[in-house]
Amino acid sequence: MVKIEVLGTGCAKCKSLAKNVEKAVAESGVDAEVVKVESLSEIMNRGVMMTPALFIDGEAVAVGRAPSVAEIKGMLKR
Amino acid sequence: MARKDESCEEDGCLCASGDLLFLACAGGSNVGQISNQAAVELAKEGKGRLFCLAGIGAHIDSMILPAKERKLVAIDGCPVQCTKKILDHAGLPVALSVVITDLDIEKTPKLEVDAADCGRVVDKIKECLRA
Repeated sequence: MVKIEVLGTGCAKCKSLAKNVEKAVAESGVDAEVVKVESLSEIMNRGVMMTPALFIDGEAVAVGRAPSVAEIKGMLKR
Repeated sequence: MARKDESCEEDGCLCASGDLLFLACAGGSNVGQISNQAAVELAKEGKGRLFCLAGIGAHIDSMILPAKERKLVAIDGCPVQCTKKILDHAGLPVALSVVITDLDIEKTPKLEVDAADCGRVVDKIKECLRA
């Protein structure tokens, strides 16, 4: 199972990324656990200074932007 | 290149906004400390964001990724240019490089930040950004 983490304090951009992730997971059929990390201190302790951020299996794949559904599907294939 | 995001007005949000990141050597001298203070003041004025040079030097992915997509301003205290060299090592191009001793501010081992010197550095960077 792939662990996908969406890091963001819950503003519009972060919500947009969370939506894109859910759509990408549904469309790609990947077995994934999606976790939202909204605690500012936890986000910063992970070394993220800009949100939204996307981590896949513990690795930062996008920081400071919200990738599109297509881009996230591509990231999940890697 | 990231665009300025006007949509997020939440206090304390880390939402990415703006194209410009300030990175300072923050070294153990007066000019090193001025570099950091100048970056803080520029960030507080909303000219860009203060960013973690140490994180870049440590090759932390979550620091490198956003830096790749933004304009970087390297603020170095002295001609050794540690900031610019760290960014070079990380493969990150520098949009503007400023060396504080080039502004006729002498490097000393004292750590006190002279407000007038710091103001000159801030003004110089603003002038370069306008050009």
